[in-house]
Amino acid sequence: MIRLEFACSLRYSSGFTLDAAFTTRTSVTVLSGASGSGKTTILSVLAGLRRPDRGRIRLDSTTLFDSDVGINLPPEARRIGYVFQDYLLFPHLNVRRNLLYGWHRRSADARPPSLERVVEVLELGDLLDRLPHALSGGQRQRVALGRALLCGPRLLLLDEPLASVDELLRERVLGYIEQVLHEWDIPTLYVTHNAGEAERLARQVVRVEVGRVISIEPPIPGSDPGIKA
Amino acid sequence: MDMGFLGLAAEDWRALAFSAGVSAVGVVGSLPFGLLLGWLLARRTFPGKTLLETLLNLPLVLPPVVTGYLLLVLLGRRGWLGAWLFDAFGMEVAFTWMAAALAGAVMGFPLLVRAVRVAFQGVDPRFAQAARSLGAGPLDAFLTVSLPLARHGVIAGVVLAFARGLGEFGATLLFAGSQPGRRTLAVQLYILHEQPGDAYEQRLWRLVTAAIVLSCVALAASEYLERRGARRDSA
Repeated sequence: MIRLEFACSLRYSSGFTLDAAFTTRTSVTVLSGASGSGKTTILSVLAGLRRPDRGRIRLDSTTLFDSDVGINLPPEARRIGYVFQDYLLFPHLNVRRNLLYGWHRRSADARPPSLERVVEVLELGDLLDRLPHALSGGQRQRVALGRALLCGPRLLLLDEPLASVDELLRERVLGYIEQVLHEWDIPTLYVTHNAGEAERLARQVVRVEVGRVISIEPPIPGSDPGIKA
Repeated sequence: MDMGFLGLAAEDWRALAFSAGVSAVGVVGSLPFGLLLGWLLARRTFPGKTLLETLLNLPLVLPPVVTGYLLLVLLGRRGWLGAWLFDAFGMEVAFTWMAAALAGAVMGFPLLVRAVRVAFQGVDPRFAQAARSLGAGPLDAFLTVSLPLARHGVIAGVVLAFARGLGEFGATLLFAGSQPGRRTLAVQLYILHEQPGDAYEQRLWRLVTAAIVLSCVALAASEYLERRGARRDSA
């Protein structure tokens, strides 16, 4: 099990302020809250795509960011697999090359799932030679998930994976996600504002409201829940 | 009159080939700088950005003769940079083929940078972020994701800058001169135009036709490259 410590603050020029702290040790943590509450910002900060003004992020014994000692690992050194809400599949590369983009660049000690197994679990076999624009929403979702898995991540970030999927397909996509979480057991932060998804997947739920963590359920026994005054 | 390849006099043919050559060298040589500056202007804000943009666009609005004169002041044998190049390496730039290439490159550079900048502005910067999160360093992400996604605009800019270099006259005449054999297309056209008589008139027309054909070939080539890219995207 991995321990993730997050405590960062970030002020946007628009006036929105993120000032969130939580610690989690579970396989799947759901980050829930209304849209605009700062969930996606937390993911961007974790992935190293947005630099917080102040704070600290630790993943087990690795410090990803610490403003006090001037540590800020670049995104490519963090080994965090990010499945963006709009997938961001590379439009000029076919599915196979999208899947292998991170795989070719993974660190030597990473033990990512094999391409064959990811293709099998996510049922991507017939899609490998297609370009992203020739895929349906659900297919893109699976390719994005597979691409993130294949970079050998220590932590997986899923940003509202069901938001842009057709109502009828949600159950199937959720099934794929559950299977992936079960098979590879990669610690995952799952962003949603849907209570049903949260209940079904989460071992722990972190609720966010206007840039702040308002509750962590259930609290980790015998540990500081991580909310700072 | 001795007519060579394609009915062009040998001297006219040389001017055409020389122009195409120096313009191509100029564009290829300036492309890395054009990519860097175009990307910087599209993606970053930094102090002095407006000043940089103004300086970059100067060759568009300055009389080309002024640009040529400034190049001469900078790189002539007694120029600021030219004197040093000559003393240190025995290298002379002014009045050589390099001067012609440089003059063309400088004149085409604003067009190149503008096209590259617009091309990068049309690419969602989050694609590069996705590449970074998958383990690519900044340069890797640029070369494998941002640049391929911007390639249509980049190719268009290269063709535009090449065409601009091909027709360059004022700056070239001042900075590179007009020795036979090292004369650009536009300079040769001007010289033919100044000569009296039907023979020169005929050569002039042949060269004009050749210039039009060469420009059309360049445009067709860029169109082809773009279509090929588009087909690959949708295959």
